[in-house]
Amino acid sequence: MLDHTSKKIKERKALVVNPAKTCQPIGAMYAALGIHNCLPHSHGSQGCCSFHRMHLTRHFRDPVVASTSSFTEGASVFGGGANLKTSIKNVFSIYKPDVIAINTTCLSETIGDDLPTIIKDSEIPKGKFVFHANTPSYAGSHVTGFSNMVKAMVTNFSEGKGDGINKKVNIIPGYTEPGDMRELKRIVKIMDIPCILFPDTSGVVDSPMTGKYEMYPKGGTRVGDLIDTGNSIATVALGSFASEAAAYELEKRCKVDAHILNLPIGIKATDELIMELVKITGKDVPYELEEERGQLVDIMTDTHHHFHGKRVAIFGDPDHVIAMTEFTLSLGMKPVYVVTGTPGISFEKQVQKMLEDSHLQGMVKSSGDLFALHQWIKKDPVDLLIGNTYGKYIARAEDIPLVRFGFPNLDRSVHSYFPIVGYKGAMRIIEMISNALLERVDRDAVDEDFELVL
Amino acid sequence: MIKLKNIQKILEEYPPKVKKNREKHMVVKGLDEKHEIEANTRTIPGIITNRGCCFAGCKGVVLGPLRDVVHIVHGPVGCSYYTWGTRRHKGRSEAGEDNFLSYCFTTDMQESDIVFGGEKKLREAVKEAYELFKPEAITISATCPVGLIGDDIHAVARDAQNEFGIQVLAFDCEGYKGVSQSAGHHIANNVLMRDVIGTGDAETGKYSINILGEYNIGGDGWEISRILSKIGYHIVSIMTGDGTYKELKSAHKADLNLVQCHRSINYIAEMIEVKYGTPWLKVNFIGIESTIKTLRHMAKYFGDQVLIDRTEVVITEELASIEESLKIYKKMCAGKTALLFVGGSRAHHYQGLLRELGIETVMAGYEFGHRDDYEGRDVIPYIKMDADSRNIPELQVTKDEKNYRLYLSPEKIEALKKEMPLSRYDGMIKEMKGGSYIIDDLNHFETEELLKKLKPSLFCSGIKDKFVAQKMGIFSKQLHSYDYSGPYAGFKGAIVFAKDISMGMNTPTWSFITPPWKKIPMLEGKIVKEVGAC
Repeated sequence: MLDHTSKKIKERKALVVNPAKTCQPIGAMYAALGIHNCLPHSHGSQGCCSFHRMHLTRHFRDPVVASTSSFTEGASVFGGGANLKTSIKNVFSIYKPDVIAINTTCLSETIGDDLPTIIKDSEIPKGKFVFHANTPSYAGSHVTGFSNMVKAMVTNFSEGKGDGINKKVNIIPGYTEPGDMRELKRIVKIMDIPCILFPDTSGVVDSPMTGKYEMYPKGGTRVGDLIDTGNSIATVALGSFASEAAAYELEKRCKVDAHILNLPIGIKATDELIMELVKITGKDVPYELEEERGQLVDIMTDTHHHFHGKRVAIFGDPDHVIAMTEFTLSLGMKPVYVVTGTPGISFEKQVQKMLEDSHLQGMVKSSGDLFALHQWIKKDPVDLLIGNTYGKYIARAEDIPLVRFGFPNLDRSVHSYFPIVGYKGAMRIIEMISNALLERVDRDAVDEDFELVL
Repeated sequence: MIKLKNIQKILEEYPPKVKKNREKHMVVKGLDEKHEIEANTRTIPGIITNRGCCFAGCKGVVLGPLRDVVHIVHGPVGCSYYTWGTRRHKGRSEAGEDNFLSYCFTTDMQESDIVFGGEKKLREAVKEAYELFKPEAITISATCPVGLIGDDIHAVARDAQNEFGIQVLAFDCEGYKGVSQSAGHHIANNVLMRDVIGTGDAETGKYSINILGEYNIGGDGWEISRILSKIGYHIVSIMTGDGTYKELKSAHKADLNLVQCHRSINYIAEMIEVKYGTPWLKVNFIGIESTIKTLRHMAKYFGDQVLIDRTEVVITEELASIEESLKIYKKMCAGKTALLFVGGSRAHHYQGLLRELGIETVMAGYEFGHRDDYEGRDVIPYIKMDADSRNIPELQVTKDEKNYRLYLSPEKIEALKKEMPLSRYDGMIKEMKGGSYIIDDLNHFETEELLKKLKPSLFCSGIKDKFVAQKMGIFSKQLHSYDYSGPYAGFKGAIVFAKDISMGMNTPTWSFITPPWKKIPMLEGKIVKEVGAC
């Protein structure tokens, strides 16, 4: 497995091998699925749309439907205006969504299609919405695409004066699983805080089987609520890479205060979220949450010997990786290699600081790839790998246990139904890490050291 | 005719322009003699097609499986990323042999590369790839923006080839070329034919063959090779599942070319025949009867009694080994119906296997087949070339005076043509039952409507369709990825397929869809009781 990856590291300036990111439009497509009765539309040649649907479908094992402008060579030279107008007409008459959320690709961005003008000149039935986000694949990553689409939701829908008239808190959950979005809604519900979560893919890509296929499932943030985000008390944006652009946009447009937090993965980050919500709303923290937190600390204490001092490599999307790095430190682990494929110097700064504060030396890289990560591991191995499905090649090559974390998870199921955020999610992560490490202890033990109780 | 009504109803839902377009892509078998279908035309924007792009057809399908080659994708990160490990073209290498199948290589173009051009970065990337991996060859595949910004990938390839002394091949497979994956097949075929095939000089044995258009999904190619080797064939090269650049170079030295996937590789099959004199045989290793038929055709082509006898021995042995399991699955499948919608060949190839299991195919369609895949190669002279396909280059080859040779005399070939599909393919429609539907470039709306109206037991399609059907309670088998199972080809594969679909159609989970409280009239019962109590 990966036999051509050598220990010897040669600097690469141009060739990326086994990337730790993918391109913008898939993130935008995912975000758009978080609007109720919305059809994502890909303005480019149809290959992108198929690839993005394919990948999301494999991750969620649920239908992911989106339309495309299906550029031909002619449109690529003379512009895709006619393709988009035809698309909008066909989509509304055949598929009848309430909203079409358009993302762009490297094709339409390179030729410079003017989307606002094309949309303005299109036939849009009364009461229906068409909006777009520019998502050039040659900038940033899928996380950037998600961020751009969420920002576009604000630009196109949010109205209000930020006077908190609706008594709600906006929550932007980041590029997370529907299980996480459900957990966030549960937390604010038990805190008795009315909220608008957007985008919200719960009930969309984790829809039940009923014997009837629903093209637009029950879930997704309603357009009315998107508009209402401008009337909220505050916006809590989780994960700066995925969520802060929209929160700042909302602050700019409607004067709703933006509160940027880390993704609430692990105890510290969840504490911060709860404290911020208390600060914003003045609400008390109910016993139910306190109990969950206490249970989590109890578990962490009971099991600390499982992970203490273990060297771990973490890769994936920046918001996830930043939060996970912090959590592994809280567990007494050593996150020695920390990589994201998404560009952004703030990632390196944040992670470096965490490591320094813990007196740890490690390699940290944004715009990194899995080939480089593998080379580091070859030189100086780790006890655990935390990352998406693509980590399984390295895990196998180097015989390291892998905890599947983040997007995409193509070779295991059920992950999208359960949270990794909040105290509950932290418990689940501990269970995953413990199980991975202990399975390895069992596998490697000689008979006389094979323990019944661990 | 009820059958026609179903299609009419679907078409009536469309805006007039869409209706006019789509009705040409739909045929009911037996309605007229000609069965002319429109295919390989541009996709209707916004229709929710299943199609992919030219890049997918070139790099994803034809080139990607060549395991000893570093395939560099020149573009932003997505295109390479989505073709990394997602198509299950398996490959294994002997110790010391190159195998890059678990890798993904890209120039990861950034904004500055779009603005100032990406040629410099590509040059550097090829150099780095060469220095790091020392592969047999390198391919460069273009993606959408490359053609638009005018990067000269051919100049980069030429210079790198001179500098490093290995072949570096450039493919103009920008995603917007043509109307589907199909254009990419053609582009890949052209370059492999022009620059690779014919450059090698490997020794070939008796009964030497190439297997064309077989990508070893889930190990299909290995099952086919197992059977052929058992009989005594010498496989010179496989295009391209578990294939190598090294073997491909000597493909011109085989005595017969087998064509499994007609759509993706017929260009090479035809060109080899013109240039080197080797005829091709349309084969089908999917299904037991088709496999047997294919093996007998092959034996007859070589005409050697030892080979013919050996073929029969192997067939008997193989049949005996699957007989028992086949009986079980036939019982589980009998009387069921299926809809088939797969890329450019499987929608045809699987019909025989399904029939053997007792399953009737009531609708079949291709994403990107051409008219010849539907109607047979006889219609090729009548296919109108449209503007979208005109830009895909046609490679003209001529007789290679040095390497041209005829294994059989032209007279013998002519005689054999009457008995087997030599350099001929009759298409899908001919094999289908009267009253069945043939629909090209089926879209999401049509899929949903047909599933509701026809209520098949089985829907064979891809990942994007799978969960749509299953939400309705209809088992959907992926015929691209085989749902991570396989092989499905050959004798053993037929049993694996039969087992998989029997399992899928009969899994206990279907019975849980309706909750018990929706099956039993609970409320009613209580009211009656209460009334009684009064």
